[in-house]
Amino acid sequence: MDTAHADDVKKTVRTYILVFVALMGLTVITVAISYLHLSVAAAITVALIVATVKASLVAMYFMHLVSERKAIYWTLALTAFFFILLMFLPIFSDQDSTRIFH
Amino acid sequence: MNIPYTSTARPDTGLYNAKLGIWLFLASEVMLFGALFSTYILLRVNAVSWPHGYEILNVPLATLNTVVLISSSVTMVMAWASLMMKKFDKYKMYMGLTILLALVFLVVKYFEYSAKFEHHLYPSTNTFLAIYFTVTALHGLHIVGGVIVNAYLWGPGSKMWKTDPQRFTNRVEIAGLYWHFVDLVWIFLFPVLYLL
Repeated sequence: MDTAHADDVKKTVRTYILVFVALMGLTVITVAISYLHLSVAAAITVALIVATVKASLVAMYFMHLVSERKAIYWTLALTAFFFILLMFLPIFSDQDSTRIFH
Repeated sequence: MNIPYTSTARPDTGLYNAKLGIWLFLASEVMLFGALFSTYILLRVNAVSWPHGYEILNVPLATLNTVVLISSSVTMVMAWASLMMKKFDKYKMYMGLTILLALVFLVVKYFEYSAKFEHHLYPSTNTFLAIYFTVTALHGLHIVGGVIVNAYLWGPGSKMWKTDPQRFTNRVEIAGLYWHFVDLVWIFLFPVLYLL
């Protein structure tokens, strides 16, 4: 965004307000859904989907990833790969869980 | 001493150095919080029973804090946008608001923690509370770090606006990227700890 002009910034300010409204709305939805006390699997799925949407809005617009340079995308792609690997660790270890936890 | 590429972009990366630096740091932060999330999943799926967060924790207070933190993210990005539009007074106001909202978050957190301690709920009480205190305290430390940096950029650090406005704007952008990340972590912590 080094070359952005004041006019461009004015336009993005409108976007920031819209994102703010969306984030507030999604927060209300997250809390409202939790009062329905869905089954654990359904609750986790819904909560994580809404959280991911919120996080994407923050990353894309507030952290202006929508208009970022390639070097950052590559850094984040590598991070995402290792993060997913990290999240699969519990599944890999699950096969041994009986041995570890009982 | 003249540090290169603090205000202009390096030709090979297309970025000023601090921006690549903060993203590399945030990548390491993703792995730090990711490891804790992974541990949490591992412990939870293998536990015989697990409490619902809303039975132990204060959901209304946490909802309030979610609203506070999201608002502070917006005021932070507005602080940067104000500098881009060369409005220093507006920057001061938005950055001041960001710091204020961060302090509100910490005060609410203080009341939450003290209520737990009053009911004799400690990290050692059970695995759920151990995870709750570990993750929220680490997140809280990040808030404290952000407040210190933002307070510097609001106060003495803002003198740079007169001598090197582009570099100062970049500094605020970097502080903003960190601050949005802290908000982003909370967006996941809130449902995962409090609502499930």
